[in-house]
Amino acid sequence: MTSTDTLTRTTAVRLAGVTKSFGPVDAVRGIDLTLEQGETVAFLGPNGAGKTTTIDMILGLSQPTSGTAEVLGMPPRHAIARGLVSAVMQTGGLLKDLSVRETVEYTASLFADTRSVDEVLADAGITEIADRKVAKCSGGEQQRLRFAMALLSDPALLLLDEPTTGMDVEGRRAFWSAIRRDAEQGRTVLFATHYLEEADQYADRIVLISHGRIVADGTGAEIKALASGRTLRATLPDADTDTLAALDGVTGVEVRGDSVLLHTKDSDTVARYLLTQTPARDLEITAKGLEDAFLSLTGDAR
Amino acid sequence: MSTASIDTAPIDTASRRVPPLGGFNLTMLSIELKRVLRNRRTVIFSLILPTALFFVITSNDKTWASPVGSGNEAAYIMISMALYGAALTAAAAGSMVALERALGWSRQLRLTPLNPVAYIIVKALVALTMGAFAIAVVNLSGLVQGRAEMPTDVWILSAVVTLFCTLTFAALGVFIGYVVPGENTMQILGPGLALLSFLGGVFWPLTEGTLVWHVAVFTPMYGVAEVARAPLTHELPWYAAVNAALWLAIFVGGAAWRMAKDTARV
Repeated sequence: MTSTDTLTRTTAVRLAGVTKSFGPVDAVRGIDLTLEQGETVAFLGPNGAGKTTTIDMILGLSQPTSGTAEVLGMPPRHAIARGLVSAVMQTGGLLKDLSVRETVEYTASLFADTRSVDEVLADAGITEIADRKVAKCSGGEQQRLRFAMALLSDPALLLLDEPTTGMDVEGRRAFWSAIRRDAEQGRTVLFATHYLEEADQYADRIVLISHGRIVADGTGAEIKALASGRTLRATLPDADTDTLAALDGVTGVEVRGDSVLLHTKDSDTVARYLLTQTPARDLEITAKGLEDAFLSLTGDAR
Repeated sequence: MSTASIDTAPIDTASRRVPPLGGFNLTMLSIELKRVLRNRRTVIFSLILPTALFFVITSNDKTWASPVGSGNEAAYIMISMALYGAALTAAAAGSMVALERALGWSRQLRLTPLNPVAYIIVKALVALTMGAFAIAVVNLSGLVQGRAEMPTDVWILSAVVTLFCTLTFAALGVFIGYVVPGENTMQILGPGLALLSFLGGVFWPLTEGTLVWHVAVFTPMYGVAEVARAPLTHELPWYAAVNAALWLAIFVGGAAWRMAKDTARV
């Protein structure tokens, strides 16, 4: 294996200043992203954030309006032609009139190097339904078939767009344990999701995307911290905003008429202070959701 | 220098090959053929119906034995029916392109090494093979029935010319598939091609100079029918040749135009 050693550190994905516009709509507004081989990365963001558009460019399905996309040190289409990149899509992508086995055989015939059809069917747990028509398969079975097709060429990079949509809890768990096993073999996995929990549980790294930009990039714990703050609202006329802003953990103070809004990571301390040291009343504490985190992060990014 | 990483064995990207012929292969072609043959509606309308029509028309035709060119009238009817069947099959095969795109299958194929040109070639081969089936079925029926008569070389030549005429309708199938997407495509193509066959003089002879003839010469079935029968009749008016060439160009252009428009977001 000595000849391959120099390839050890080829980056799996490299996006440099990538933008994508559809007419007047800027779907992706400048993304720089590097994924190393063997990483499992979650692409997290609300619907319409630009996740699918970015994945399409990594797959070479569309060309960036500006910037460059590179996969395993080559243009995306070259990596696809060598079976180095696969993707599992959310829906569609199957012919209903083919059997499960025919679908896998058809796909396998298109690659120069593939694993055996039987082996892939067995790995995906669909050997028993191999002769069934795709139209008669359940959503979960179709998803396992898509997964089998994606693993035929033993790709170095696997992209998953909302992979567990429509799966039950059991299927979801089995799916992710299979993905983790693959990642341990050195496969790079990038999956798009809008569930923070899924991203946190299964990814080594979370890339948060919103309005076509990366707004945060870090471990699950780091990203969760961004979303874990709370908002306190109290009626407090003539609030001393400077003192409030200086409290431990307070990240923002807003005054709206007689009300004051405080954003903080330590709501207990702020609540205690407000109720004991000030005439504040009608205190409300609300958790800052992921949506709020997105909003505040994109607000900063603009 | 050996500096292999200890934790993971990376996938060796340099050892991977690109498949020859843009991914074209016989496994794919045979599965595609199986798909068309498994479609009961296509088989009935393109293989059984033209044969049945041939038997019905020649049985009721009192002048089937009268001479036409280097053969007889039954041979003339046989070539026409073979063309109708082949056109319908090819159109059915062509219309699958748009359906596959709507299902996301084309996008799935874009994630494999399959070259788009290889894909179109496979689809064209499927249309031609199915067209050849349709032509063979009608010609064998004619042979068994024994009424159709023409020299063997004329017989073979007309079958081959008919086969190439079906490409026009494969392109029409692709085009209509995009304009009327989904499973309804064949519901338009079936009656539509029957109507065009009536107008174009495939089901009955046109009399030159009549009002219907003046309309017919501009319709897409007229040209190819005249071309397909030319080996038998030894007649090919210039406007029939122009008609065949123009409609081929129109349908191929239309199919290419709709496909290009659709590629913006695969």
